[in-house]
Amino acid sequence: MPYQEKRKLGRGVAMVGAGMSKFGVRNGLSNRELFVEAFEDMKASVDKGIDTKDIEALWVGNCGTEIWESQLVVAVLCAQWIGMTGKPATKVEAACASGSAAVRQGIMGIASGMYDVVLAGGVEKMTTLPTNDTTTALASGTDISYEASGGFTFPGLYAAMANAYMNEYGTKIEDFRKVGIKNHDNGALNPNAHFSASITDIMGKQIAKCKERGQSVPNWADELEFLDDPVFNPVIAWPMRLYDCSPVTDGAACVLLVAEEIAKDFTDNPIYIIGSGQACDEALHGRDTLISVPAAKIAAQQAYEMAGVGPQDVKMAEVHDCFTVAEVMAVADLGFFRPGEEAARAAGEGKTARDGIKPINTSGGLKSKGHPVGASGAAQLVEIFRQMRGEAGGRQVPNRDIDLALTHNVGAHGTTAVVQIYERR
Amino acid sequence: MTVEYNPDQKIPHPAMWGVLYKSSTPFWEGVKNKKIMLQKCKSCGNLLNPPRPMCPKCQSQENEWITAKGTGKIYSWVTFNEAPHPAFKAPYAAVLVELDEGPRIVSNMVDVKPEDLEIGMAVEVTFEDVAEDLTLPKFRKAG
Ligand SMILES: [Zn+2]
Repeated sequence: MPYQEKRKLGRGVAMVGAGMSKFGVRNGLSNRELFVEAFEDMKASVDKGIDTKDIEALWVGNCGTEIWESQLVVAVLCAQWIGMTGKPATKVEAACASGSAAVRQGIMGIASGMYDVVLAGGVEKMTTLPTNDTTTALASGTDISYEASGGFTFPGLYAAMANAYMNEYGTKIEDFRKVGIKNHDNGALNPNAHFSASITDIMGKQIAKCKERGQSVPNWADELEFLDDPVFNPVIAWPMRLYDCSPVTDGAACVLLVAEEIAKDFTDNPIYIIGSGQACDEALHGRDTLISVPAAKIAAQQAYEMAGVGPQDVKMAEVHDCFTVAEVMAVADLGFFRPGEEAARAAGEGKTARDGIKPINTSGGLKSKGHPVGASGAAQLVEIFRQMRGEAGGRQVPNRDIDLALTHNVGAHGTTAVVQIYERR
Repeated sequence: MTVEYNPDQKIPHPAMWGVLYKSSTPFWEGVKNKKIMLQKCKSCGNLLNPPRPMCPKCQSQENEWITAKGTGKIYSWVTFNEAPHPAFKAPYAAVLVELDEGPRIVSNMVDVKPEDLEIGMAVEVTFEDVAEDLTLPKFRKAG
């Protein structure tokens, strides 16, 4: 079967710039303005500079400007605002994997030989609607007639996976909570994060608030006790509580991709994209399993094969932790840890901490950095770019040469997955 | 614990989208008559839920309909204390039920305490008129 041959990129692709806006509730800024902010940050990261005139095409990952801004053609508008009028600009939608899917279009644009220099990224402005309306809007990423009809929301879909996971492996709810603690610890060191605060910081703020209001001051023994407190960490969809869920965030991110042979024109330290995989899957009711994301396994397999590396070679990864259970599934789907107790306990045992054997989500992940759905996948590349070049500041992975890294971005509840692998030579 | 459609909100229930389409008409006709109908591929015997024009396993467009027994077990579950969609009233439990015939269906549990919900629980279908023009299959503990 000639169609099943292992895929290789037709030509090498390098990332020579990466930038993001501040993530958070960005009142007064539209999608376009957020994208301009990311673009400026990207431009500043290109060591030898980039003239916008030299960028040949743009792909923008975005879920729902239709819903949040009553606005289509967001890619075209972003192009106008960054000075790319006249160039091809295309929106890419793959729910929460839109950003990575857009980057993948850019990779294909370069690898095919069609372009030499392209910009790819994502943007989402989500805080224009009240949270419940946004939750409902996001539920349109499910199969509306057959999943949303049961009242399933995204927290609910992942909660159903969490319940299935605990039922299968006998793991504990605390294992999920510890993923959140770890990612908040990382996010506290990321000035662009939505929550630049550890769980301990947040506990301190809550205590201060109680004192200010003259309320009784809670006395939590540790972070887990705080996370078990139904007043401060209410159940969203059992067993997922508030701090198991990524926030509703505004933000943008983008990367500059160029053909390998011209990469050194832009920087002496390019990051090469050596593997890319993508797959889709059925909705919840048609899925083979709920204790893994099969599309992510397929995408990872493609990316590993294309790159000619395995899970053991990956020095760090940014994975899709829209809910804490998602990271537990991701580290197994990617082959880093065995599914079950080993994967569930990786965060609690420090294995996925910045100084652990496999640092995961050093940026703070979606959980703490924030989840502007269309931008999240592109922002993962920004963290990889900085970590691989030793530019991650206080959250730089210590004592390790990050010469191989991976991103894992999931759309909806696993109906799309994109996995990419990066190398520094 | 039950699931109430929220008639105060004059908005379509999300399930309405499924009701609209031709390939799913027999399913919704079945629900009106208090039956769960499953689409069966005439070519390979694959049972499908939700219904669709083409069998994803063998690409055949020839299908027939069978009546499911209406019994199964909980494949996974979740409880909501808040209803983000105005069509729902909290608290409610959403479940993924594996029918005895094999296909899984997204639905809600009625008349069950949240703490009693568990994966593998035997359930049976019941039908609820959630709006004047919409009946939905729901599940309760079997027996
Ligand atoms: Zn068939």
